[in-house]
Amino acid sequence: MLKLEEIKTDAFNDWCPGCGDFGILVALQQALVELDVPREKIAVFSGIGCSGKTPHFLNVYGIHTLHGRSLPIAAGAKLANKDLTVIAVGGDGDGYGIGAGHFVATGRRNLDLTYVVFNNAVYGLTKGQSSPTLAKGLRTKSMPAAAIVEAVNPIALAICAGYTFVARSYALNVKHLKSTILAAIRHPGTALVDVLQPCPTYNDIHTKEYWAGEDGPEKRPRWYDLQQEGFDAVVHQPEDADEVLRKKSAGVMKALESGEREAVGVFFQWKTATYGEQLAQRMPLLAEKPLADADLSGRDLTPLLAELA
Amino acid sequence: MSNQSDLVWMIGGPQGSGINLAAETFVRCCMRGGLHVFANIEYHSNIKGEHSYYRLRIAKERRRSHLERVDLLVALDRETLIGDVHKAEATHRGHLHEVAPGGGILFDSDDGPKPGDPTREDVRLFPIPFREILLEALRMYGREGEVGKLQIMYNVIGLGASIGVLGYDQELVGRVIAEGFKGRKAALADLNVAVFRRAAEYAGEKYGASFPHRLSVLGGSSGRVMMRGIQAVGMAKFLAGCGLQTYYPITPATDESDFLESRQGQYPIAVVQTEDEIAAVLMATGAAHAGLRASTSTSGPGFSLMAEGLGWAGITEAPGPVVLLYQRGGPATGLPTRTEQADIRFALHAAHGEFPRIVVAPGDAEECFRTTFEAFNWADRYQCPVVVVTDKFTASSYATIPPFSTQGMKVDRGAFFAPPKSGADGFLRYKFTKNGISPRSRIGDRGGIFWTSGDEHNERGHIVESADNRVKMQTKRMTKLVTAAKEIPEEMKWTLHGPADAEMMIVGWGSTKGAILDAIEELAEQGVAASFLQLRLLCPFPADAVRKVLRKAKTHVIVEGNYAAQVCGLIREMTGVNIRRKVLKFDGRPFSQDEVREGILQQRKSARRPAVMSHA
Repeated sequence: MLKLEEIKTDAFNDWCPGCGDFGILVALQQALVELDVPREKIAVFSGIGCSGKTPHFLNVYGIHTLHGRSLPIAAGAKLANKDLTVIAVGGDGDGYGIGAGHFVATGRRNLDLTYVVFNNAVYGLTKGQSSPTLAKGLRTKSMPAAAIVEAVNPIALAICAGYTFVARSYALNVKHLKSTILAAIRHPGTALVDVLQPCPTYNDIHTKEYWAGEDGPEKRPRWYDLQQEGFDAVVHQPEDADEVLRKKSAGVMKALESGEREAVGVFFQWKTATYGEQLAQRMPLLAEKPLADADLSGRDLTPLLAELA
Repeated sequence: MSNQSDLVWMIGGPQGSGINLAAETFVRCCMRGGLHVFANIEYHSNIKGEHSYYRLRIAKERRRSHLERVDLLVALDRETLIGDVHKAEATHRGHLHEVAPGGGILFDSDDGPKPGDPTREDVRLFPIPFREILLEALRMYGREGEVGKLQIMYNVIGLGASIGVLGYDQELVGRVIAEGFKGRKAALADLNVAVFRRAAEYAGEKYGASFPHRLSVLGGSSGRVMMRGIQAVGMAKFLAGCGLQTYYPITPATDESDFLESRQGQYPIAVVQTEDEIAAVLMATGAAHAGLRASTSTSGPGFSLMAEGLGWAGITEAPGPVVLLYQRGGPATGLPTRTEQADIRFALHAAHGEFPRIVVAPGDAEECFRTTFEAFNWADRYQCPVVVVTDKFTASSYATIPPFSTQGMKVDRGAFFAPPKSGADGFLRYKFTKNGISPRSRIGDRGGIFWTSGDEHNERGHIVESADNRVKMQTKRMTKLVTAAKEIPEEMKWTLHGPADAEMMIVGWGSTKGAILDAIEELAEQGVAASFLQLRLLCPFPADAVRKVLRKAKTHVIVEGNYAAQVCGLIREMTGVNIRRKVLKFDGRPFSQDEVREGILQQRKSARRPAVMSHA
């Protein structure tokens, strides 16, 4: 088994003190240690923004991509080498804004990969503009005016787009986050983990204290664990279309609930054929070994030329 | 070579009327009879109804381009004769005026010229009762009740009548038609052959004897194949071991992805239809980093979306992807189904910043095959994106050619790292080297863990903004182009056809090759000696060699399918040679042999202004 130190790098970390990213990084490191697969079989892809630097702090293959584009690049690597554990990470602007098209298409495809979104409702690295998850009417401290557009609901969107594992966690609840990430990685299919997190520099609304509920009379956290309240997100009969529909609907309803507290935990989980499994039906070679390990060159063109004779 | 002995056959009709099937069957029949064919198609951005036409130039020797005259025209509707005069703004004039004196027109007597329509005294009109012929054939099978539904076989009647009038081998054609109906469609074979036979007999008996144009089998199977650009590219991808093709549907590139996917069982390749071209280029790039040869194919609008991804592939030194850029009329959606050569400057510069890329422009299907194959070698060897620039004309035109030889075509995956025996960390993915090439590992390789970033990075791949590292790393990357320029063999870079000391040197690139070669042969017969400098590798540009070759001729004429003479400008930038004589075309249609010939002759007289050709 790997040691925690072995999964870390010495790359300099320039995140702000108190950033929620640290919680996510620690949870990721712990999850990868516990996952117990060889480090070289893990590849972490990231988008742009503070969260984009995450791969540099993980001692596995680390690919820092473009703004909003981690998912297609990650998908390409997974198609090339089915034995890789592929994880994409990025911010909410990256995934639900500029990369929204890829976000939806990735869910539809259901390749076996995991997407962890650092959701702090602001664009941090460009100094605090509103992100797609900032609720309408809110104004964080560096915004010239309040948001007048609706926020996107990533959980509901993911379920509708076809993600087969959809969960949410909180950056500073490292234990819950680690186990959620681990479950997401182990899920065969595309998994989303939306992570609520404070941006101590630019989001003066959703602070650490806000999430801890320190401003309220009961000092009760502003999140609660779905599973602790008995929510069953799992499709138990994967072939049962009715159950799939019921579980999807329940997950979407849960995601759309508005109230004092945000639900964390698993909203929807369904084990169904992945993209890779379906492709292997057409190309048996794919079931045998990673495409990148197969020698595909020098194939005999005679039958194709005969078609054209 | 005498063009007069060539036979030009054309079939026109509304989209959806099956002109492709008729024309491609005819190409195969000619090829099987030992003849050569060059065939090209024009169509609208439309599913059903708009005018489309297919043109076959049939000859005893190899032909590489089309002529403007038509010897035998098959008009499946009146519009094919006179144009879309029913529209407020006609998009074409029909093909009546293109028929050569002494030529013939086969048309449906129910949908032929109306009183008052333009007509021609110097061509023969061959009305054919399409409906009766179909009915007669259907009666043999007791299916006359289906005459309405089976009107789709009018294309076979058009082909049959042509074969009859031209006196070509009906047995041969019947066999080829039957071959086309396999599997689920096998039951239709006999019916189609019967329809063909009836049409051929009718037209042969009625008009054959008096029609001067004859077509006969040259004897023996030629051993040739009928090849389009997209098939040549697809086969090169199979041979090169490409394992992933990504694409977003776009004319005219999609045919290539369809070709690959339809052969997936036989030649394993993952073909992924992505959400957009941004994802297409990046998915292929991700796969390349993981060690799989990967490519994407698109046209101008899609390539515009790929610009960002090219830059990322460049700075992260991905071994690929190979991007096939099938140019069409631009900008924006432009002329979606028409050809153009106006994206070459964009291919050379797409994406911000500076990074190495290889841009190469094959001139025909054979060159598409070899170039695409080499493109994968270059992508691996120089760890950079390679853009193969071709166009709609090359993609969709058929030529009868000898089967591809794969001799001397070797896979080169470039420099790989030596995995440390201990599996220890510390691999420098972006190690500074003299030739700029850092041996690579693939994502997943033991001992090869690396980081990479679209941000400037150090030898390990971690983000570093230091000035010193930037200078070293950017220099390292760009040095790969110097290395590539040295290593890529000269014959892949440019070709001089004909004697360098000819009176004139025609300069061109890409799909104008065929029309230029055919035109200079014709010019030679007329006593005008011209050579042809064909540029293929446009980045890294072989400046010294091209300058030297250009200096051998006194007069140069550039031939390009765009408005701005883009490569003419590039030549001037790279070599200092300013070619003042220009033959240009940007009407969305390919250069004909006639247009090139005329344009050259015009420029030979005067270079005051470019010759802008548009005989469409």
